[in-house]
Amino acid sequence: MSILVNKDTKVLVQGLTGKTGTFHTEQALAYFNTQMVGGTHPKKGGTNWTSSLDGTQLPIFTTVAQGKEQTGANATVVYVPPAGAAAAIIEAIEADIELIVCITEGVPVLDMVKVKERLERSNSRLLGPNCPGVLTPEECKIGIMPGSIFSKGSVGIVSRSGTLTYEAVFQTTNEGLGQSTAVGIGGDPVKGTEFIDMLELFLADDETKSIVMIGEIGGSAEEDAAQFIKDEAKKGRSKPMAGFIAGLTAPPGRTMGHAGAVISGGKGGAEDKIEAMQSAGIRMSKSPAKIGKTLVEELNK
Amino acid sequence: MNIHEHQAKALLKTYGVPVSNGVAIFNKDEAKAAAEKLGGPLWVVKSQIHAGGRGKGRFKELGSDADGGVRLARSIDEVVADVEQMLGNTLVTKQTGPEGKQVNRLYIEDGADIEAELYLSILVDRETGRVAFVASTEGGMDIEAVAEETPEKIHTFAINPTTGVTAQDVENLCDAFELSGEARVDGANLFPILYKAFVEKDMSLLEVNPLIVMKDNHLKVLDAKMSFDGNALFRHPDIAELRDLSEEDEKEIEASKHDLAYIALDGTIGCMVNGAGLAMSTMDIIKLYGEEPANFLDVGGGATAEKVTAAFKIITSDPNVKGILVNIFGGIMRCDVIAQGVLQAVKEVGLKVPLVVRLEGTKVAEGQKLINDSDLDVISADDLDDAAQKIVAAVRG
Repeated sequence: MSILVNKDTKVLVQGLTGKTGTFHTEQALAYFNTQMVGGTHPKKGGTNWTSSLDGTQLPIFTTVAQGKEQTGANATVVYVPPAGAAAAIIEAIEADIELIVCITEGVPVLDMVKVKERLERSNSRLLGPNCPGVLTPEECKIGIMPGSIFSKGSVGIVSRSGTLTYEAVFQTTNEGLGQSTAVGIGGDPVKGTEFIDMLELFLADDETKSIVMIGEIGGSAEEDAAQFIKDEAKKGRSKPMAGFIAGLTAPPGRTMGHAGAVISGGKGGAEDKIEAMQSAGIRMSKSPAKIGKTLVEELNK
Repeated sequence: MNIHEHQAKALLKTYGVPVSNGVAIFNKDEAKAAAEKLGGPLWVVKSQIHAGGRGKGRFKELGSDADGGVRLARSIDEVVADVEQMLGNTLVTKQTGPEGKQVNRLYIEDGADIEAELYLSILVDRETGRVAFVASTEGGMDIEAVAEETPEKIHTFAINPTTGVTAQDVENLCDAFELSGEARVDGANLFPILYKAFVEKDMSLLEVNPLIVMKDNHLKVLDAKMSFDGNALFRHPDIAELRDLSEEDEKEIEASKHDLAYIALDGTIGCMVNGAGLAMSTMDIIKLYGEEPANFLDVGGGATAEKVTAAFKIITSDPNVKGILVNIFGGIMRCDVIAQGVLQAVKEVGLKVPLVVRLEGTKVAEGQKLINDSDLDVISADDLDDAAQKIVAAVRG
């Protein structure tokens, strides 16, 4: 088991014909033959995309609905530029795609407000936008995470930050634990998936024996997640967890790269988040370099 | 992106929002004509800076006894005298930090008869993923203090994006503001048009503090603070034109030209990192080892060697920087590209402070080889912990 994606996941690429879509589709195909089944482009339907690495060809469809019908795709990944990203996500929602992963950075927030409302009236799950994607080692890679740092194992990783996901993956690989699945939920203020959704899946997944959760300043998603972990523990559901919060030194009022990473109105500071997670029994790493070691300490306690 | 109050009010006026008449001035000799044009008998002279707390703020050059950054004047001579004192001086408020901000423009407005001061803002509520109104009867003061001391006086109403502001939303807002009679009728007009302006112009914040009820029981927007979603500026060239570069740090302006996320800070260790989370964490780990970061800098996912060179130049232009830490975990970002950029930058601007480089991820071997084969005095680090300890040790000599 794993969460969200496995070797049977079939992925359509929205924005395959661009440079970014092409590069990462080649990488995904090279990663344990992730089932990339085609791409979409409103004007290039009926043509083929060719990998520059090994000449692999994938069909291009005019719409997501057509692509789904022809290939049986149950996931899409969106590399469409910011101005068209929301429309691409909504197209995938309307085609009833189970999992939509939006990598695009810089999607206007009010576009996401519309997407979120549409998403709430659907069966689809959206990861992102502005996220690195999801990867189940040796089975499926959707998005831009570097496959080489992963190893098959037992740690479920969920993070708001892309490169910190890599740190956690790298460190748990070095500790010999490996990962069940790693998920980046993205750094934007309005997004498809929050920590709680992923924690629920990790708690229910047999292969996931422990969890790493990486948050950052801004909003209250970490506090909500901590409350969720507390409530679940009362019902007897819990797994060993380690955590880290980025932004302890960030000054209030300044947006730290991610549109969502801002301390405003005295809310969203790192200290409150660390305290909330600690009180939920999550062992917090003070250093971003010791996330793996902190999890090992928790497992050996 | 933030804009000035007078720009925000001009924008709101095009939507039919009730605001006072006013004139923005940039030179002292414009004061008299502006005051005469408005006619009085009461004028308000308001400092235009991108920070709140102006009324209680004090001018550095005038001493603590002088009046603040928003002043009432009862004659044209008083307006002129206030302008003389305010324009060009440095206003320090709760939000500017101790260094303050130079006041390069003033907004002279008609005074208003205030019966009650209310607080209204519109923002994107991340918990519901919707645009929300925040309403309070406690206007004209620091809303964060109100939230702290009397949270029951702050009401939040999320708006459904498919319906916009409904009649029920209007009722709820009028009730929250305790409006009656004409003020209620005004509110029914005002709230939907504020929402319309917010959505059409892709604002991230519209704060009206205060929204006033006048002696005649009509509503007026007395102050307006407006911020826009930087990601949506591509579809609002009219708004992008309102950017005031004098309000921004020079290094931050240079960074934005190269599409780099850079924020100047007060410490001594310059940082160049890929990814916002890792960039924040790199600042955190520097602090953990007892030093302070000089900046936040995210070179982003798809940086080129040219972009890395530009980033390096911005970092080295800060005279406080005593050492530089480059921390890259390549996903999309290739380590060899980073290495090339760093080497190129050092060739162009020289290296006068210690440089620690930590590379990991995509093409790490190629990147490290480039660094090792160069004759530069670069300190290599194995991981983030090692890198942080090495740069801290290096700046301490």
